[in-house]
Amino acid sequence: MTVRRKALEGIRVCDFTGQLAGAGATKWLAAFGADVIRIEDPVNQGAWDILRTMPPFVDQRRGPDFGGGFNNHNTEKRGITLNLRTARGKEILAALVARCDVVTENFAAGVLERLGFGYDALRRIRPDVVYVSNCGFGHTGPYAKFKTWGPIVQAVSGLTFTSGLPDMEPAGWGFSYMDHTGGFYMAMAVLLALLHRQRTGEGQWVDMACCDVGLTLHGPALLDYTVNGRPMRRPGQPNGNRSEWPRMAPHGIYRAAGDDEWVAIACRNDADWRACSTVIDEEWARAQRWADLGGRLAGQDELDAKLTAWCAVRAKSEVQRLLQAAGVPAAAVQKPDERIDHDPATAEFGLWPVAHHSKMGDVRVDGLPVRFSETPWSIERGAPCVGEHTEQVLTSLLGMSAAEVAELRQQGVV
Amino acid sequence: MSALAGIRVVELAHERGAFAGKLLADMGADVVVVEPPGGAAMRRHEPFVDDVPDPERSLTWWHYNTSKRGVVLDWRHPEGAAALRTLIGGADVFLEAEDPGELAACGCDDAALTGTLPRLVHVSLTPFGPTGARSTERATELTILAGGGPAWSCGYDDHDLPPIRGGGGHGYAIGCHYAVLSVLTALLHRELGGRGQRIDVSLHAAANVTTEVATYGWLVAQQTVQRQTGRHASATVSMPSQVRCRDGRHVSSGVPPRTPKEFASLLAWLRELGLESELPEAVFLDMGAARERIDLSKIGIDDEVTAIFAAGREALTFIASRVTAREFFLGGQRAGLAVGVIYSPEEAFEDPHFVARGMQVEVDQPQLGRKVRYPGPPYAFERTRWAITRPAPTLGQHGDDVLAEAGLDVARLRASGALG
Repeated sequence: MTVRRKALEGIRVCDFTGQLAGAGATKWLAAFGADVIRIEDPVNQGAWDILRTMPPFVDQRRGPDFGGGFNNHNTEKRGITLNLRTARGKEILAALVARCDVVTENFAAGVLERLGFGYDALRRIRPDVVYVSNCGFGHTGPYAKFKTWGPIVQAVSGLTFTSGLPDMEPAGWGFSYMDHTGGFYMAMAVLLALLHRQRTGEGQWVDMACCDVGLTLHGPALLDYTVNGRPMRRPGQPNGNRSEWPRMAPHGIYRAAGDDEWVAIACRNDADWRACSTVIDEEWARAQRWADLGGRLAGQDELDAKLTAWCAVRAKSEVQRLLQAAGVPAAAVQKPDERIDHDPATAEFGLWPVAHHSKMGDVRVDGLPVRFSETPWSIERGAPCVGEHTEQVLTSLLGMSAAEVAELRQQGVV
Repeated sequence: MSALAGIRVVELAHERGAFAGKLLADMGADVVVVEPPGGAAMRRHEPFVDDVPDPERSLTWWHYNTSKRGVVLDWRHPEGAAALRTLIGGADVFLEAEDPGELAACGCDDAALTGTLPRLVHVSLTPFGPTGARSTERATELTILAGGGPAWSCGYDDHDLPPIRGGGGHGYAIGCHYAVLSVLTALLHRELGGRGQRIDVSLHAAANVTTEVATYGWLVAQQTVQRQTGRHASATVSMPSQVRCRDGRHVSSGVPPRTPKEFASLLAWLRELGLESELPEAVFLDMGAARERIDLSKIGIDDEVTAIFAAGREALTFIASRVTAREFFLGGQRAGLAVGVIYSPEEAFEDPHFVARGMQVEVDQPQLGRKVRYPGPPYAFERTRWAITRPAPTLGQHGDDVLAEAGLDVARLRASGALG
């Protein structure tokens, strides 16, 4: 038996995904050795994935091959162009699907179907195909036709609401958390369906909706509602960085010395608070009223004010160091440069691999936060330029000649 | 048929990893959660049924341990450690989130397992990985989000206010998502002819690569994003996108109209509401709708384009002031605009769309003698079954069964004190 070096070697994916919610899913698969082939439109130069042309940029160059986010989310994938408005384009796609284990997409509901490649068509081409669609509201239900992007998913699924201070408008999430998370579940769906196929020989369609995923992330809060009848929309909620489940105090993000510098502190129990108060070593911190959790919760505003005053004259790294030395969870709120370029824990984990992009050159990208002893992930190649692997894929996988590909190019099919 | 039928998972109860176990169990894996005598710490987490603290009434425990079986075993006791090794010996996956070094005490650390169990997938979820400069630091869900990046991007325009992390335990959820992806990938590798393996998931690393542009903005262009109320943190200040409606609730107005079609839709919506005459800027919507195209790069340069673009935003804010948040959401979406109501979790749960998609499932809850509604499946499989097959285990509920199935002498274990 040959030793498998890559966990997903031999799995081929016909990938229509874009943005982070879709591309993030196939990034995982590609990093573990799946052959992920992106299919893009030659007419608009793959512009459906708006990240192709969006900042950040490595230099002054602009265009569909220079979007920094696109490069970050599409490492280790191949890319071809195919004009699906043409009959020949559809034929080539069908031939490709026949050679793929998985089809992934995150178009609005119904788009792939209108192109003639809905699930029924796909499984006529390949009966055991795994088809995973991922759209904001899913393919069924009253809002199936509604449009979304990350922040809208977060708003409607209840996530935006959970971030904020009492009596203020929601602070929300300052990034598309649900694009990341939708991508996680999309990749899980692919892997689960492949495991199912491995055991039964059956393919299937997985209708994934980012809003469904978002809703499932509120577990205990929803049970508090269904069992205790207590809604989260009530006075005093949400309550910033405090912790109700489990109850902890002090528990928050406190101002540290400097401009917009902050440090998080969480005392998990009375012992943590004793250790914390010993570090603080001031009269107020030793007060008996703070000794047990009940007292600290009852006087939380005052306790936070005192702790803020103590932190505010110290560097965040110093607060972290002092409290960690005493065994108390504390962490500086790290800015991007601090955690990326100056944090030994990310460097040691190899979290920022350098990927080589054909036009952008060597660019650091997000790695994966996991280490596999037998089949480590690998990210060395950057995202494909528009149509970068068209000839390679059509010749090696579909057995076309270079001349045939050139003709297709002339006809505007690729 | 479920995708993970026949896959046996031994999980050491820990708040950091419980969600990963649930995700596997709801997909059909036989997950046995091993608790110490007295029960897992999570059983003492609020909220409790009727606010009565009791290890069998923690709703946090209930949620994160659905579909699992439960056994009590003191793995720090020599006989308990031996029993745990036996359980792991019969498992496909060992899922744990102990602090680095803790498992050496029971002989279940990496070296002990990989030597003897080549098919085992051992996933270890730790704050900073098993070794390294920060591996002994203490962490909670909050400190992970603070140190790992997400918190920096979240909060208000007013930077006198601290960064605000989203509530709901996401510091652990992110790591659990990566743990599940890892388990599934390793299982598939095994099914395709490979061996088992040891996998380390770092919560800190997981948070670091779950920050979208905050990270790649720095990696690519050394840009530092700044937090802004209700919208993406950004290296440049963007326009507010959260709007307050007539009922005092908020909506995300999304990206304002940019195309002639969107201006036409917005104007049609305004007319439908009978509000056109009250908004003087409506004339610019009409101009936007009538144009061939709208060149956004002319904003601030061409007066007409500037006025058209501003009118789109004005119209959305104006409509919001006259309708409820839900009306705004439905009206806007029907007009083809990607806008969203900011629901609280329970409002989302009760929305007809999610109900129609089966996002409420009922589970028999023996403690209450009735059914309880839980959140449903995060993905809709056509053939593979997702199900909450049983409520979270009561303390030691399946101990005798699980231990006997593994060929262990339950009476002897009990007498040794290894079962607490």
